[in-house]
Amino acid sequence: MSLERSIVKLSAALRAKEVSSVELTRRYLERIERHGELNAFINVDRERALAQARSADERIASGKVGPLTGIPLAHKDIFCTDGMLTTCGSKILANFVAPYDATVIECFNAAGAVILGKTNMDEFAMGSSTENSYFGPVRNPWDRDAVPGGSSGGSAAAVAAGLAPAATGTDTGGSIRQPAAFCGITGLKPSYGRVSRYGMIAFASSLDQGGILTPTAEDAAVLLNVMAGFDPRDSTSVDRPVPDYSAQLDHGIKGVTIGLPREFFGEGLDAEVGLAVEAAIDEYKNLGCEVVDINMPNCSLAVPCYYVLAPAEASSNLARYDGVRYGYRAPEYTDLTDMYKKTRSQGFGTEVKRRILIGTYALSAGYYDAYYLQALKLRRLIAEDFRRAFESCDVIVGPTTPTTAFALGAKVDDPVAMYLNDIYTIPVNLAGLPGVSVPAGFDSAGHPIGLQIIGQYFDEGRILNVAHCYQQATDWHKRIPNGFE
Amino acid sequence: MRWEPVIGLEVHIQLLTQSKIFSGESTRYGAEPNMQACAVDIALPGVLPVMNKEAVRMAVKFGLAVGAQINHRSVFARKNYFYPDLPKGYQISQYELPIVSRGHIDIEYDGAIKTIGITRAHLEEDAGKSLHEDFHGLTGIDLNRAGTPLLEIVSEPDMRSAQEAVSYLKKLHALVRYLQICNGNMQEGSFRCDANVSVRPRGQTELGTRSELKNINSFRFVEKAIKFEIERQIDVLEGGGTVVQETRLYDPGKDETRSMRSKEEAHDYRYFPDPDLPPLEFDESFVEAVKQTLPELPDAKRDRFMSQYGLNAYDAGVLTTAREMADYYEEVVSASGADPKLVANWVTGELSGYLNKDNREIADSAVSSTALAGMIKRIADSTISGKIAKEVLDAMWNGEGDADAVIEKRGLKQITDLSAIEKIVDEVLAANPVQVGQHASGEQKVFGYFVGQVMKATSGKANPKQVNEILEKKLRS
Repeated sequence: MSLERSIVKLSAALRAKEVSSVELTRRYLERIERHGELNAFINVDRERALAQARSADERIASGKVGPLTGIPLAHKDIFCTDGMLTTCGSKILANFVAPYDATVIECFNAAGAVILGKTNMDEFAMGSSTENSYFGPVRNPWDRDAVPGGSSGGSAAAVAAGLAPAATGTDTGGSIRQPAAFCGITGLKPSYGRVSRYGMIAFASSLDQGGILTPTAEDAAVLLNVMAGFDPRDSTSVDRPVPDYSAQLDHGIKGVTIGLPREFFGEGLDAEVGLAVEAAIDEYKNLGCEVVDINMPNCSLAVPCYYVLAPAEASSNLARYDGVRYGYRAPEYTDLTDMYKKTRSQGFGTEVKRRILIGTYALSAGYYDAYYLQALKLRRLIAEDFRRAFESCDVIVGPTTPTTAFALGAKVDDPVAMYLNDIYTIPVNLAGLPGVSVPAGFDSAGHPIGLQIIGQYFDEGRILNVAHCYQQATDWHKRIPNGFE
Repeated sequence: MRWEPVIGLEVHIQLLTQSKIFSGESTRYGAEPNMQACAVDIALPGVLPVMNKEAVRMAVKFGLAVGAQINHRSVFARKNYFYPDLPKGYQISQYELPIVSRGHIDIEYDGAIKTIGITRAHLEEDAGKSLHEDFHGLTGIDLNRAGTPLLEIVSEPDMRSAQEAVSYLKKLHALVRYLQICNGNMQEGSFRCDANVSVRPRGQTELGTRSELKNINSFRFVEKAIKFEIERQIDVLEGGGTVVQETRLYDPGKDETRSMRSKEEAHDYRYFPDPDLPPLEFDESFVEAVKQTLPELPDAKRDRFMSQYGLNAYDAGVLTTAREMADYYEEVVSASGADPKLVANWVTGELSGYLNKDNREIADSAVSSTALAGMIKRIADSTISGKIAKEVLDAMWNGEGDADAVIEKRGLKQITDLSAIEKIVDEVLAANPVQVGQHASGEQKVFGYFVGQVMKATSGKANPKQVNEILEKKLRS
């Protein structure tokens, strides 16, 4: 049996007992081992995975089967997993075994899914290339000299390479959608508050949102059904009913109005990416959608706004890594202050330290009004741009990223160039809206191109349907990188 | 005096909730170190705070009791600083928008009533404790207290002497115990006080430079520390120096304050709204519901005790300082059916003496309100005299049973048989002819001598009223 790139089909095969969860899990574990050069995983617990698979097989045998029973999944190493290393890509947590499960992990465990392992990521989810991991960079399965995007680069590479049927990720400024675009897969960031953040290690609390990286929009719906919902342990999660997202995929998209933000097609957009996106829009017209131009006048300020707010929150969120209670502590120090300084200097990587410094500065007395408060105002203006845009359209479509995957090392010395990679994804986080990236072609170097679909608050069902209809009409998402068949 | 002290107090009270302010962990005092610290309290990666509604109710209750503005929308902020007993590296507190603002408390000092403004009261979490002993030069961290809900009550700089500050503090202490939102235990740190002290030339409206006094956790220390600090600042100013803004620590051993950190060394706490907690919002119906739970407050109770029981302001004040004391008093009044003033005398006098001697709270009194009522009944029905009652109470306090049992066992029943008393009076008068003569020649004070002799002859058991009457009658004839 060839490796199905569809959770829906794998689930059917498990239910029909064409394959067992143990067999499936073994197959993926072997692939993870074989493709170690991608460095997609930080930690794989073979025995634990097989034990979970065995118990899933028992459930299947007894007929107690859900859509994810026995499906192996990979989890970004930002989700606390009881009894497993949970490093967040950092030296400072390199020895941290979480004593509890994140709500997202609990949801998937309860659904009978199997944990293959924890995927590599930019340290504390800070980065757009997964080059900021203490555990080394991840390589893009389409081009091993290119980055997979980030920060959920390990998850994206794993799904694209078929090392896992699907993976979880988190998205603070594009960390699911951008690597999904770079790796030619589907990546969904739900609305802020749709998925619990409990147990998901915080980078920027007001922006972080858990989501999934999958082969198809149809699969994303299946996984979102399991992970979405109110969690009393997360005061920012939203208490509203979770619809059946899979059931919303049957709707056609005739008459759906697509808004095109002209600002997303201007300077900085790679010509090949632009062409692919235009072609996708033509496809939508063929499918009966209406297309209108919209304006997002404040979105050009999203990147500077984000690089004040996210580091400000991060500077505070990361204060707990002080060497006192858990995690890395410098081996030698003279007194308490020295212990803090050495622990944090040695434990954090360059990019994390850069952002802690930026954030500390932005919150300091005398600068708070000029930076933090100003950025909060901008954030409201950007959200207002979206609100106004949605008066004339149902979804907003554009490129996920301005370019395709760039070469490893190309931007490590130029943080601003790296930050600009998230120019189209960041506004969505600032507004708290759901967004999905779907494969929409390849550039001449053979690197995948992503199309971003943005919806209104809690309109995940609609954007998944819009993505699904496109995937019914195209086969970009079915392409598999060479050597990973 | 040239100088006028200006004092404001910041009081932290631990709220009497079952669980912590942002986690479900217990707040019970005295557990083994770190046995009451869950994942949220020790700030594991990924954990999030969830607001404890009971703490909100208690804060609102306090606000209502001090006539404050209750803010239907308040915001939690992070106060960032590094310290080993602060697990997250920040304290969740309220900064720009507190839950309670602009209230007041009336204090009485030197017979006058003065209103002390309350600037604000805000919710926050407590830190853990650093233990510097018993670790061979290392520091132990106990996080049991981390996340205990606190209400920080900030007064206006309205106090002008250490004594006024103590009056305010005592009033506040009584109030939060009345409201049952804090146990008021200062030794365990449930009620903690910092003081901002400055002095200025009398007549000047502008405030002087202040220092903040820490570690003053008893009424006595508050008074001594503030007094010391006022004197110190006056000395500095009169010596031509300037007071520097700083935090000072009170050392009760040496009875002095000393500099802890200057303004320049002060932390920049980088406050910003906590993104993990949405603004705290509730509507008027929530406030109304809390209002229904408000007990009668000390001032109202004192006024009622004066009008209902005819007590003077002093006794009414003493009896209403603590809610338990007031309840005890009213129980005795109701169970004994005796004169409320008589009851007040026994409760504020003898009983309080025993409580003080044994260092007990009224709740732990060895003589219950029912037992005391039983004894007072026996005074009221003339079974025993007030003097004998003291002996009875002493026996009751020492566990000899209720009043009737003690009276019976010790044979303390008052002699009320008129003929028996007459007989003894006759004997006393016959035995003291000299004194009878003195009395006849107008020396009234000899009368007391006769009474004393009769009481002595009856071991105090004669009814003093009857003795007086009979003596008067006999001496007149």
